[in-house]
Amino acid sequence: MEGSRRSFLKLAGVCALGLGVKPAVNAFSADAPAVGPFSLNPGALIGKQWAMVVDMKKCWEKGKEGCKDCLLACHKVHNVPEIGNIKEEIKWIWTEHYENAFPGQESHFMPEFMHGKPFVVLCNHCTNPPCVRVCPTKATFKRPDGITQMDFHRCIGCRYCMAACPFGARSFNFKEPRPFVKDIDPTFPTRERGVVEKCNFCEERLAVGQLPACVTSCKVGALTFGDAENPKSEVRKLLAANFTIRRKAETGTQPNVYYIV
Amino acid sequence: MLEKAFKGDQRYWRWVLSLLAVMGVGFACWGLQLNRGLTITGLSRDVSWGLYIAQFTFLVGVAASAVMVVLPYYLHNVKAFGKITIIGEFLAVAAVTMCMLFIVVDLGKPMRMLNVLLYPSPTSILFWDMIALNGYLFLNIIIGWNVLEAESNDVAPPQWIKPLIYLSIPWAVSIHTVTAFLYAGLPGRHFWLTAILAARFLASAFCSGPALLIMLCYLLKKLTRFDAGKEAIQKLSVIMTYAMIISVFFVGLEIFTAFYSQIPGHMAAIKYLFVGLEGHAKLVPFMWLFAVLSVFALVILINPKTRENDKTLLMGCAAVFFAMWLEKGLGLVVAGFIPNMFEVVREYIPTPPEILIVLAVWATGTFLLTLLYKIAVTVKEEKMG
Repeated sequence: MEGSRRSFLKLAGVCALGLGVKPAVNAFSADAPAVGPFSLNPGALIGKQWAMVVDMKKCWEKGKEGCKDCLLACHKVHNVPEIGNIKEEIKWIWTEHYENAFPGQESHFMPEFMHGKPFVVLCNHCTNPPCVRVCPTKATFKRPDGITQMDFHRCIGCRYCMAACPFGARSFNFKEPRPFVKDIDPTFPTRERGVVEKCNFCEERLAVGQLPACVTSCKVGALTFGDAENPKSEVRKLLAANFTIRRKAETGTQPNVYYIV
Repeated sequence: MLEKAFKGDQRYWRWVLSLLAVMGVGFACWGLQLNRGLTITGLSRDVSWGLYIAQFTFLVGVAASAVMVVLPYYLHNVKAFGKITIIGEFLAVAAVTMCMLFIVVDLGKPMRMLNVLLYPSPTSILFWDMIALNGYLFLNIIIGWNVLEAESNDVAPPQWIKPLIYLSIPWAVSIHTVTAFLYAGLPGRHFWLTAILAARFLASAFCSGPALLIMLCYLLKKLTRFDAGKEAIQKLSVIMTYAMIISVFFVGLEIFTAFYSQIPGHMAAIKYLFVGLEGHAKLVPFMWLFAVLSVFALVILINPKTRENDKTLLMGCAAVFFAMWLEKGLGLVVAGFIPNMFEVVREYIPTPPEILIVLAVWATGTFLLTLLYKIAVTVKEEKMG
């Protein structure tokens, strides 16, 4: 019996190590976790890679100057706080000038009509997203429908994704956001301080058969949403008929927001 | 052996208590940060990493103090380093501990920290850095403690420690490489997107680690009966000199590539650091100080006369350490975010509570180092009789 306690402790140690290693082994295993007992809403919109075409011509020519319908609609349904401080602001969709949205593409001799014109920018839901690659907890992940989604409850707030995103699409909750949301919409979760957030392509609306809020709120139909993998989708038709540009396509992230200029 | 840390003279206790005081103040500030969020720092949507992550990056380098004495001693039988391997290893323990604390204070949700273990993500370099840093911490504490205990008991160190010592050498290379990979693989950050970043990290680590180690050896000689020996110090200073030359050379390579190619994205951050960008120039004085200190250090260290003189060598070490702190612990991380992803310059200025938290983490590392050195030096003094 002399060595029994010692060998028991050894065995217990090995067992504990085994349990501890299990999640790490899972991480390297190839098989995806089994789908839970959930079924999709029959009315849900389904796609392989959701994408958006932004027709800036329509936005500028037909829209009213300074129109913010898409921004307001998005920020309202997603309880996006209005912090009122440029360093800590939270934004899911907003506007930038051409030279800021497409750095390196500008020239001194651009057509007059483009000067000072707003470009609608948002998360590009890249096909090859660096934010997903760098996240140490899988709080940012790619869904089967191509949406780059965030789990606000798993995010540890390390902000590695903010360093990795070439589009500046991510915002961090530097302070408690709830006091800065005017009318909280109870159908969408609010966030806490200390987590990152960004556009989710309205996955919660797609699940009940609705198009994204920015798309439906645009009175001039400048925003078109659809499945880039489906040749019959509206998005594909627009991409086939128009010359489009994407932001920082040279970074290889394969952004899924296209612009008609 | 731990009991040796609890026996000291008045000077020792005064030092420990003052460190505890600094730690207490910073801890209170961290409480404030937990309560109010990272809004109490100077960080922003644009510069989303600042002093915390920069200190982490610099201190990973300081941890190289261990490998720079362990490698020559165990692989090349450089006997002079036998006395100070423990000093290097314990410095690495303190440095890596500070690294991890700096990550923790930077998190928006530190209470969810263990999600990194619950949902291991091998595509994330942060996941690998966690493994590299924790591994290096445990290797050094296990090796250092066991070798010291053996010395204290007048026996040879246990046989099983040898493979761990050999493992610690490539592992040391990994902590710098993986930390550099945190930055070097991000598609939109031109300043960091450079293949020599890992090499730069290794070079600056191999000079800043030994620089601090030499200064600490002089301090120990002054305060205690422990003497590292002239030969060890001189050998270490030669290693540091070569590493500093390579380090400065690498910075020069970055500047050449950016400015001869004239690619705007590659030039922007370097311009911001050394001449200012679009009228923003908060880091310019610091970076010129880096340049001046580097030249000063190289002049002193390359010249054998000044390198072999105690006083000038110490000045050179201080210059190396502070220059590398400016480069890694300030410029490298912050300038990676400037200009931002929209080519707009938003500057970063740390706030007082943020600086107090930084000081507290440094104090925690110094506190740990004090206890570990107290134990090591007491063992060595007892052997001297």
